[in-house]
Amino acid sequence: MAQSASAVVQAPVAEAIIRVRDITVQFGNTRVLDELNLDVRRGEILGFVGPSGAGKSVLTRTIIGLVPKVSGRIEVFGVDLDAASSSARRAVERRWGILFQQGALFSSLTVRQNIQFPVREYLKVSQRLLDEIMVAKLGMVGLRPEVADRYPSELSGGMVKRVALARALALDPELVFLDEPTSGLDPIGAGDFDELVRTLQRTLGLTVFMVTHDLDSLYTACDRIAVLGNGKIIAAGSMADMQASQHPWLQQYFHGKRARAVMG
Amino acid sequence: MGLWLAGFQADRAQEHANLNGDPTLERIARGNAVAFRAAGSWTAGFAPLLERMVAEAEKLAGSRSDISIDVSEVSKLDTFGAWLIERLRRSLAQGSIETKIAGLSVDYASLVEEVQRVKSIPVAEAMPPTISGMLGQIGRTVAGIAGTIIGLIDMLGAVLVATGRIIIHPRSFRLTSTVHHLEQVCWRAVPIIVLITFLIGCIIAQQGIFHFRRFGADIFVVDMLGVLVLREIGVLLVAIMVAGRSGSAYTAELGSMKMREEIDALRTMGFDPIEVLILPRMLALIIALPILTFLGVMAALYGGGLVAWLYGGIDPEAFLLRLRDAISIDHFTVGLVKAPVMAAVIGIVACVEGLAVEGSAESLGQHTTASVVKGIFFVIVMDGVFAIFFASIGM
Repeated sequence: MAQSASAVVQAPVAEAIIRVRDITVQFGNTRVLDELNLDVRRGEILGFVGPSGAGKSVLTRTIIGLVPKVSGRIEVFGVDLDAASSSARRAVERRWGILFQQGALFSSLTVRQNIQFPVREYLKVSQRLLDEIMVAKLGMVGLRPEVADRYPSELSGGMVKRVALARALALDPELVFLDEPTSGLDPIGAGDFDELVRTLQRTLGLTVFMVTHDLDSLYTACDRIAVLGNGKIIAAGSMADMQASQHPWLQQYFHGKRARAVMG
Repeated sequence: MGLWLAGFQADRAQEHANLNGDPTLERIARGNAVAFRAAGSWTAGFAPLLERMVAEAEKLAGSRSDISIDVSEVSKLDTFGAWLIERLRRSLAQGSIETKIAGLSVDYASLVEEVQRVKSIPVAEAMPPTISGMLGQIGRTVAGIAGTIIGLIDMLGAVLVATGRIIIHPRSFRLTSTVHHLEQVCWRAVPIIVLITFLIGCIIAQQGIFHFRRFGADIFVVDMLGVLVLREIGVLLVAIMVAGRSGSAYTAELGSMKMREEIDALRTMGFDPIEVLILPRMLALIIALPILTFLGVMAALYGGGLVAWLYGGIDPEAFLLRLRDAISIDHFTVGLVKAPVMAAVIGIVACVEGLAVEGSAESLGQHTTASVVKGIFFVIVMDGVFAIFFASIGM
């Protein structure tokens, strides 16, 4: 406790909430991430892009600890996840929320139970407060309380994403990982979702790590963009930096037909 | 005058570094006005404590005309804290008294605004058990049984129609798929089936010899073993094992395909799921079960013979001679005729259950269990029907 307190006091304004150093991940003989470095700063929305199959989800899953790495160091909230004791790790896990690509809602629990599940496990609070918080979270992600008693199989794709986000936010995390949050949503729904992420970042002071393919999201929601290619971060910076970059893939991505359509 | 409602430690040492001190809620009364002053970090980690403090405060409010909640000292606020402040505000505001939240910093204003939009709280419907409810449940269960039987007949019909189509257009038959399933349910099942039936043969022979010896009738164990294994145990045991092994696999496969809309995809591409998925599986099972039954029967007889020799002192030659007298080809036929019918029953039950799976993992588990239980039940029922049938035709 004392240690993390002093770390916060000494930290500069834009303290790195995730610090990834020289991460290498290998599946068989294929090197997916090659000594990759990345910082995510407190309070920002980082858009993470790259060609399909470049390893965006792998990096996310490596940071969360679902994919083993060959070498490197990952610090989240200043805690080295490899060196941390299991209780310290759990403490870190309590402070982040994760939105999986397919939502990963528990199919045999209702929306209400899905959102309440992490709260119930970590906090001893009354059923009344659980219900109230659940409704508040549903409201935050733009859903009506009437969906509370539906099962995930009875929800539309967009609703699944929203409920999954509500579950990720259930414990008021400081950091959320969003894996392609707007994929499979209609443009209006996707726009709403970007707006929602922005609002939550403002109201809850969230740090957001967002894997995305959606140029609209990058343009409207993200403070900073990091680009993955050949197992490394090939560029990181603002939208203007990306557009000014000479890298061929970035050129194509940010100056292609679709990009022009978005940026008008 | 101030009354500290809570300054005590949170029950659990929170992982959150408590930089700003525990949350507090102080009641300050001035004449006709009451102010609640919240301070510290009002966050999820302190939720149980916060909830108690707010409940206390609600009781202590009294009837004043001017109530306010001062949150200027709150160092950290999240949804839990914001909601509990809002909850306090609402309960104090009941009646005509207006309650204000004062000293809200710009950072947290939008969060409080967000939770203020929460209106009705739907309560999870927990209906108390009633007599009519229970009767209704019984009724639904009975109707469910009828539904099961209709479902089975429906599937049988669909499979027969698909078979008819295959006979007319043999080119649409899926040989590769059938062979694949045949490998799964027949070839890969051989070791376990042979092992189990071998052991059962040993046990029957040992028990028989042990009890028959008292009457000096050891040799009749061969009769018992032969008739029992060929007519009943062989096929029944193998069918039950196949229901557990392959019936459950069929249900789980079809069920997870159903969950992921793969079956709908097939249908929209103009394929008949019965023809593509179910027929090859059924056919594989119908071919496999007689083969496995034959192997099982042989293994059981071998096991029984071995025990009779080693434990009962009946040498193999005597065993075989006695076996030839004791059994006829009828016993063998009776056993083997039952096998394909039982395979069809297992297959139909498994496929019906697989296609009945709904969206959740729980549903998949329930239907897989139901597949095995119903499969075994129908196998035993069929065996009884066959026993009556063969008795009446004198086989």
